[in-house]
Amino acid sequence: MKRLLSHWLPAYAFLYIVFLYLPVMFLPIFSVNASHVPKFPLTGFTWKWYEELPRTPALLDAAWNSLMVGVTAAILSTILGICAARAITRYRFRGRTAASGLIMAPLVLPEIILAVSLLIVMLSLGLKLSLFTVVLGHVLICIPYSVTVLNAGFEGFDRSLEEASADLGETSFGTFRRVTLPMVAPAIISSLLVSFTISLDEFIMAFFLAGTDATLPVYIWGQLRFAAKLPSVLALGTLLLVGSFILLTIAEMLRRRAERRVHGVATHA
Amino acid sequence: MAAVVEGSNSTPSAPRGRGRAFLQSEQAQGLALISPTLLYALILLVVPVGVVIAYSFWTQDYLSIDRTFTLEQYSTALGEPIYRDLLLRSLWVSLLVSICTVVLAYPIAYYISFHGGRHKSLWLFLITIPFWTSYLLRVMSWKVILGYNGVLNSGLIGLGIIDEPSTALLYNTSAVVITLTHAWAAFAILPIFVSLEKVDRTLIEAARDLGDGPVRSFLRVTLPLSLPGVISALLIVMIPTVGDYVTPKLVGGKDGVMIASAIETQFKRGGNWPLGSALSVVTMTVVTMMALAVVFIIRQAGRRVR
Amino acid sequence: MPESASRPEAKPEARPMIEIRSVTRSYGPFKALDDANLTIREGEFFSLLGPSGCGKTTLLRMIAGFDNPTTGSIHIDGQAMDGIPANRRPTNMVFQSYAIFPHLNVEQNVAYGLKRQKLGASEEKRLVEEALGQVSLSGLGKRGATELSGGQRQRVALARALVMRPKVLLLDEPLSALDKKLREQMQVELRRLQQAVGITFILVTHDQYEALALSDRIAVMFGGKIAQVSSPKEIYQRPVNRQVADFVGGMNFMKGEVVEVNGSAITLDTAGFGRVRTDKPAGFAANGHATLGIRPERLRVLWDDAKASHEVAGKVVERHYFGEITQLVVEVPGFEKPLSVTETNNFGADDLPVGAQIRLAYDPDALVAMAD
Repeated sequence: MKRLLSHWLPAYAFLYIVFLYLPVMFLPIFSVNASHVPKFPLTGFTWKWYEELPRTPALLDAAWNSLMVGVTAAILSTILGICAARAITRYRFRGRTAASGLIMAPLVLPEIILAVSLLIVMLSLGLKLSLFTVVLGHVLICIPYSVTVLNAGFEGFDRSLEEASADLGETSFGTFRRVTLPMVAPAIISSLLVSFTISLDEFIMAFFLAGTDATLPVYIWGQLRFAAKLPSVLALGTLLLVGSFILLTIAEMLRRRAERRVHGVATHA
Repeated sequence: MAAVVEGSNSTPSAPRGRGRAFLQSEQAQGLALISPTLLYALILLVVPVGVVIAYSFWTQDYLSIDRTFTLEQYSTALGEPIYRDLLLRSLWVSLLVSICTVVLAYPIAYYISFHGGRHKSLWLFLITIPFWTSYLLRVMSWKVILGYNGVLNSGLIGLGIIDEPSTALLYNTSAVVITLTHAWAAFAILPIFVSLEKVDRTLIEAARDLGDGPVRSFLRVTLPLSLPGVISALLIVMIPTVGDYVTPKLVGGKDGVMIASAIETQFKRGGNWPLGSALSVVTMTVVTMMALAVVFIIRQAGRRVR
Repeated sequence: MPESASRPEAKPEARPMIEIRSVTRSYGPFKALDDANLTIREGEFFSLLGPSGCGKTTLLRMIAGFDNPTTGSIHIDGQAMDGIPANRRPTNMVFQSYAIFPHLNVEQNVAYGLKRQKLGASEEKRLVEEALGQVSLSGLGKRGATELSGGQRQRVALARALVMRPKVLLLDEPLSALDKKLREQMQVELRRLQQAVGITFILVTHDQYEALALSDRIAVMFGGKIAQVSSPKEIYQRPVNRQVADFVGGMNFMKGEVVEVNGSAITLDTAGFGRVRTDKPAGFAANGHATLGIRPERLRVLWDDAKASHEVAGKVVERHYFGEITQLVVEVPGFEKPLSVTETNNFGADDLPVGAQIRLAYDPDALVAMAD
């Protein structure tokens, strides 16, 4: 067992990481491959698939749509997440578990069921499917992630810090501005980035609720039917991948900073 | 000797109003603060799901909805062989995927928790990163890998292992299972990791002290104590995958179609909303029952190991 | 027992700084504080002493303004505090967790409350330097909050509160997170600091020695009620009831039948010490019973032929060695329970074998009557 742990577990962990990353790595590799078909051997290096991207108006529209939807969904889900996370971490009240369970539920429900039930309601209400309905759906599925990120940032936030501020003469608003906000700001930014990323990459909700305005994943989905378009989809996918990776790395760094701030001190006491 | 009680010549102030006391209470403040988020979830989750349930008991005649209560949709959803097969396949796939992910994830979670040292959070970050990237793109990359002209076939031919591209790789249930297992890998690791982190290390030392070897102490202490994490990992993978749409569409082919495609058909192109609703409700109910059964079996098994 | 003769008693004529008037704080049916009345004088070092859950922290937090009385009122410096929030009260608090703002350095923490007063940079800097000097942290102003030791964090919390020149400084178990050595050192500094600045200090603690060593007066609390308010010496030597006596130190208790209550005197019949006439405990309600007690250190071992006017004889049944003292448990015929005796180790109490026959001397003045 000892031997097994010390030799095989690290090897397994390494293989696992390869299993996780390798498939995704093929996207960037074939996005700079000269051939139309993603197959080995590689036929030569080219940027031409990337160069095609800005010359595709439908893609630019989709990118702009995704950006709008992502920013709006991120802001809304973070605001709602702040309310929930603050209530959950700071107050003890009856129904707290039930309420947080309900808020977190979209995390464990099949997305297609969320999407169709929203679709029915929107259409029954006579709402026209648009980017707005996509935002509504995205906020619903982003909230659980926002709440999780923010909970971690708010948890262990020593309530006596706010009391100390009031005790030293600061008003409620001043306390929020000078103590609460600086302490939880990294978690808030992290929540914004994470929800933006989720919205940017989300397909099912957008597929059902977008109507005629496509977001990037919906655009990609449409392009997948045409084998000839595959290389430029790979290029676009690579860009999305890199963008998501950068945003998430920043989010992670901020989250850690927030954790250090809130918990770093508590360890002394 | 000093008096026990001082300054007793005071007038108690009037009791505060009940309303004000309530507004200042944690109960009220907590509820008030969580209410916007809660309302959002109620309006965009509970109400729509309720509407879906309502629709499942109605019928549709072209574009008009007949709101008389009927179980007709359910008899179609459960009785028609095509839907029954799709449902069974979906359940089978989600069960298989959740078991595969958990079995594959447990050693990693264990490794990070017990041997991760100072780099625990870096490990977790590395493992979750692919999960955060677009699901659609990840499925697409599997299509690139498993396709007729794909990476695996061309690679194998290049290495001289096979002569012509194999069609067995893509467009079947195994392709769906592989792709979904990859897609949900990170999701299974986190809950298991969390529950392993909670295992008090001195308990394991105590088991060793009482004569258990490493394997036995793992089976009798570590594993049972991490079961809650295993269970939530199973559920967190099983329930969403049953309704997966993208993977079967892209890599499943004809053999890999799952229930989500049927649901989509009923909702998209002038389909049958009540039937689609009934399919959704049936899917949710059946997968919940399967999940409960799995939890029950694991709990029982956990009780055996003592 | 710590007893500092040099301590200037707060003058009785000093004006009241804090008045707690019939304050009750209920949470549903539970009363965290039940009809408390208390006057704390200006310049006093006052302690609220009691076990956890006795209501001492609730009372402190109501003075600070973090909690409100359900009924009753609190006056600070003659002004009613009803509806005045914490940020507008002339009190400052040292929190149990210290509540040092982790995103600010030492200087910024200390200057936190000053910022609102818009004093100008140089004045602010001077006050911060002065406050840091008072708590011996000069030169550590730029240190990050997360880089401080427990003792330093405590000092920053003190400086941050003191720099506000509050009328009352509230200390919520400020020393409980420190280890024993550091705690004792900080006790001395806290007392010195209070005398230097002359501000009224209110200390919440569950450590009886801390309260005895630091305070001008102590309120002992149990179950939401104030049991006794007196000087440390009174609390220790003349506890009003058994609970107080037990909480502030060891005590041999025995049952007493009340024979007579006459003005400030009470006469009791006990099994061991016979008929005893002593001071009546404050607020004693005459019924048939009372408790008689004597502190273990007020019993003295009589060596060889030494004689005392009051003595009892018995047999050592247990011996516990504590370094500078030894605790003996002595069975004395006629007593309900064995007597506990603490003796310094100067004369060989640590060598007394179990089973040894010894005689114990006591001073009748050391016998204290109290409510059951």
